[in-house]
Amino acid sequence: MAGSNPNAKPMDLTLKVWRQKDKNATGQMVTYPIKGISPDMSFLEMLDVLNEDLLRKGEDPVAFDHDCREGICGMCSLFINGRPHGPERGTTTCQLHMRHFKDGDTITIEPWRAAAFPVHKDLVVDRSAFDRIQQAGGYVSVNTGGVPDANAIPIPKSIADKAFDAATCIGCGACVAACKNASAMLFVSAKVSQLAMLPQGKTERKTRVENMVAQMDIEGFGACTNTGACAAECPVGISLENINMLRSEFIYAKATSENM
Amino acid sequence: MNWFTKTFSSTVGRKIIMSITGLFLCSFLVVHLIGNLQLFKNDGGEAFNVYSHFMGTNPIIRTMEIVLLLGFVFHIYDALVLTRRNKAARPVGYVNNHPEENSTWSSRNMGLLGTVILVFLIIHLWNFFVPARFGGLEPIVVENVEYDNLYIKVVQSFQIWWYVLIYVIAMVALAYHLIHGFQSAFQTLGLDHKKYTPFIQKFGVAFSIIVCLGFAIIPLYFFFLV
Amino acid sequence: MILDSKLPEGPLAEKWDKHKFDVKLVNPANKRKYDIIVVGTGLAGASAAASFGELGYNVKAFCFQDSPRRAHSIAAQGGINAAKNYQNDGDSVFRLFYDTIKGGDYRAREANVYRLAQVSVNIIDQCVAQGVPFAREYGGLLANRSFGGAQVSRTFYARGQTGQQLLLGAYSALNRQIAYGKVKMYPRTEMLDLVLVDGKARGIVVRNLITGKIESHSAHAVVLATGGYGNVFYLSTNAMGSNATAAWRAHKKGALFANPCFTQIHPTCIPVSGDYQSKLTLMSESLRNDGRVWVPKTVEIAERLRRGEITVNDIAEADRDYYLERKYPAFGNLVPRDVASRNAKLVCDEGRGVGASGLAVYLDFADAIKRDGQAAIAAKYGNLFEMYAKITDENPYERPMRIYPAVHYTMGGLWVDYNLMTNVPGLYAAGEANFSDHGANRLGASALMQGLADGYFVLPYTIGDYLAKTPYDKVPVDHPAFKEAEQNVISVNNKLLSINGNRTVDDFHKALGQIMWEYCGMARNAEGLQFAKQEIRKLRDEFWRDVKVVGVNEELNITLEKANRVADFLELGELMVDDALNRNESCGGHFREEYQTPENEALRDDENYAYVAAWEFTGVGNEPRLHKEDLKFENVKLTQRSYK
Repeated sequence: MAGSNPNAKPMDLTLKVWRQKDKNATGQMVTYPIKGISPDMSFLEMLDVLNEDLLRKGEDPVAFDHDCREGICGMCSLFINGRPHGPERGTTTCQLHMRHFKDGDTITIEPWRAAAFPVHKDLVVDRSAFDRIQQAGGYVSVNTGGVPDANAIPIPKSIADKAFDAATCIGCGACVAACKNASAMLFVSAKVSQLAMLPQGKTERKTRVENMVAQMDIEGFGACTNTGACAAECPVGISLENINMLRSEFIYAKATSENM
Repeated sequence: MNWFTKTFSSTVGRKIIMSITGLFLCSFLVVHLIGNLQLFKNDGGEAFNVYSHFMGTNPIIRTMEIVLLLGFVFHIYDALVLTRRNKAARPVGYVNNHPEENSTWSSRNMGLLGTVILVFLIIHLWNFFVPARFGGLEPIVVENVEYDNLYIKVVQSFQIWWYVLIYVIAMVALAYHLIHGFQSAFQTLGLDHKKYTPFIQKFGVAFSIIVCLGFAIIPLYFFFLV
Repeated sequence: MILDSKLPEGPLAEKWDKHKFDVKLVNPANKRKYDIIVVGTGLAGASAAASFGELGYNVKAFCFQDSPRRAHSIAAQGGINAAKNYQNDGDSVFRLFYDTIKGGDYRAREANVYRLAQVSVNIIDQCVAQGVPFAREYGGLLANRSFGGAQVSRTFYARGQTGQQLLLGAYSALNRQIAYGKVKMYPRTEMLDLVLVDGKARGIVVRNLITGKIESHSAHAVVLATGGYGNVFYLSTNAMGSNATAAWRAHKKGALFANPCFTQIHPTCIPVSGDYQSKLTLMSESLRNDGRVWVPKTVEIAERLRRGEITVNDIAEADRDYYLERKYPAFGNLVPRDVASRNAKLVCDEGRGVGASGLAVYLDFADAIKRDGQAAIAAKYGNLFEMYAKITDENPYERPMRIYPAVHYTMGGLWVDYNLMTNVPGLYAAGEANFSDHGANRLGASALMQGLADGYFVLPYTIGDYLAKTPYDKVPVDHPAFKEAEQNVISVNNKLLSINGNRTVDDFHKALGQIMWEYCGMARNAEGLQFAKQEIRKLRDEFWRDVKVVGVNEELNITLEKANRVADFLELGELMVDDALNRNESCGGHFREEYQTPENEALRDDENYAYVAAWEFTGVGNEPRLHKEDLKFENVKLTQRSYK
């Protein structure tokens, strides 16, 4: 139809997909041939086609997380051909299109792997650890109402822009999935540095970084060894600078805070 | 736990220890290399033996030796703790994984490189440090004073081809370890600024290569030229 | 049933202040004796739950996603309106009120809309205090842009990700209350029924989407902030999981559903590319600030273009019809969404559409790039251009974008009074889930405003008024009303699992979407609507005979989840058709072909239809009962909307 390339030939592919019944089951890779995939399809639409096929055969469809399919909600995941969110840089799985694959390709699809992200079923993992880290301090303590006028505190544009860059994290977990240590430092640092840069966040900056790092450790994520894999695979381009800012915040907080 | 132990038992805190000890060990490398340059003095090892005697007897140096040992111990201990933790953080691995698409080989293999360096270190200490410190070297008299002839031990050791090979391999491993480790240490300390970080990164690479080349030249020099 | 909107007396500008003084308060020490359930954690739900928690109530919040941060508010791109008048360009609370009422084609309540405009200024303050990184000028103060046809710059934005930043702000406030233990969060949990005790909303029945466990939760009040029902069309800009189940099941328990036919079709979406398509992607309306909309002047050129004999860049300037600029010289490309959408359909129906399917028009940035330079355009819209390129594999810097209207937002929803309470005592609806503020058409950058207004600044006051009159005693979850609702949920699930038919849930959903889009979409007529009603009924019967749902209830079962949602869409779709049939006029998002001006503009009938159509459920397959709430306009004069 109105696709960019009306002459693009449909592709036949082989999928190797991780199937696991529930949290306690042992899983395995299962092979599914799939035919007639349009290059204009998104990756998840390709999986929709697979699932419709499975359903018609009366088989259990492959469970995977997804929601907005616009690359912003952070719900989709998938470790595709050895990379989180697949081969395209700066792209979530839902925005990955099949034109990046070739007819006859074999595609492996695995869930995010981390002790802190246990598998619920098939490709669906539990990322509630991320929520708990945010609950540990990823906020400014202001109650509704009783706040100053929005223009009362001017914030230099360069700082507002940098804070925004950190704030765009979608919480998908690709950083953890990519990291050889399953470390969540990029995720944690994005929030720590967003709020550390802004005047609104300064009041609580010490307890914030202390508590968020502590919760990150409790959740069982690995330590950051600066491989840079997280930032390279981050679909929204969260930068490593944030991790370094987290550390300087951490050192400053530990050295000077009143918390024992 | 009090705030201090809490700080340094967190993942971020342990990495801070690794980075500080790492940078300290880098400074040791510089001192060690400069000292070893005495080996190239064409005096039959006189200067080197005097120097090694000084290093083995000076109380400040002896104290620093303990600090150095602690540096190694903390660096290695935290590396082990973190590696165990990091392994546990991903109990089930990927069937198909392409980390080479997103990170350098050395950054992913610091543990392996460190282990190679540790093995080398044990061999190196056993061969040179233990006899120098606890006896077993031939004596040599310089200006009426008797010294241990560590120099001759060096010359003899580096006549053995496989011993030289071990040194060269270890120095390659050390170079890779430092190429990632040097700049990584600054990141771990949160020292990141767009004015200085590019310089630190370039300096780190140059430092790693020059220092390791400097060390590797010694066995090669004695094997081929002496 | 008499619909009492509980509008406060007095002059428009004083109603809300007066009302805030008149409402009963709950003593701070007694707040902890009340439990409130909030379903949905988008802007409205998260902000409400957080604010309730701060006040001291015990809150239970539910969402079907894996985290409250995923709610679809996150996808809103353009911005949020507020009558701050920071730009000194003549904005005021009254102007925002006036624009919203007029933009809604005079089908919203004056008092509600005025309150929305009033609290809009507080929202910006609140969000900035939370650390939301809005765009700023070099001087460090907040930046604004003009948006969606507004003649003043009152839209605050965070690049093209305003919804994300606002939601993360509300999410952070929610997290703080979760950490304090004032809010208990239930992610991956879907509400499947509302529980009434003595005619009052006292709880909900939910399904744990991981284990399948059916559970009851009891409270003194229930807030539904579950979003809109745009996914009844199958293809929409809504998230895949967006659904109407919570609102619809509340409707089946007695809550009236208001103006269901008011659907907003957003003019700037990426066109459909194939029948595998699962959803449509919106390109922010802000693009119309710089992009020019056009199609070829003649059908002949359009046909040659579609056959691939010529490319877009071969079409001479003289052969391009910038139809919005031509027809609406005053507003040009910035006409409201409904007008822009309908005109796109009009030119495509004439055969002048572009793209292989002919169902697209061009949005051209060539002039803007020439004027401001590519860098300036990239700075404004870079992420949108990138998204377009990713999806279509075309470079919008070199060729005009192809766009087409798509279902985006539903103005209709659960009927609520001024307090945002439905006709069921103790049941509230907030955000897109209610019908209250946008009339027949929502203006750009107003959805975020309404969601946060409801959650931060309206519900925290009005819910206290209700709770203050409610005894503290809790209803135990083994109360017969809960048990009955649980049984009901279980039997529906069992029914769905036992049919074991031949057609998949998606099959039915797509078929429903086609009916809705064809007959109850951008343009409707009586004949088509009557036909659609029969088709929907047939499809619904077939669904309950032939749907295929595999697996069991006691697991993560994606087909069972979907089947429940589609079952509800199949009922809601019919109500939308009924409402569209009943409303014999054209207004905003509801365009009845029979009622148009000679220039093809919407022809309202204020004499007969200046009312809210609130529908009462009378059983599946039965005709719903209509209740009318007459709209009184005392502060604005009803005029034919004109953007010429």
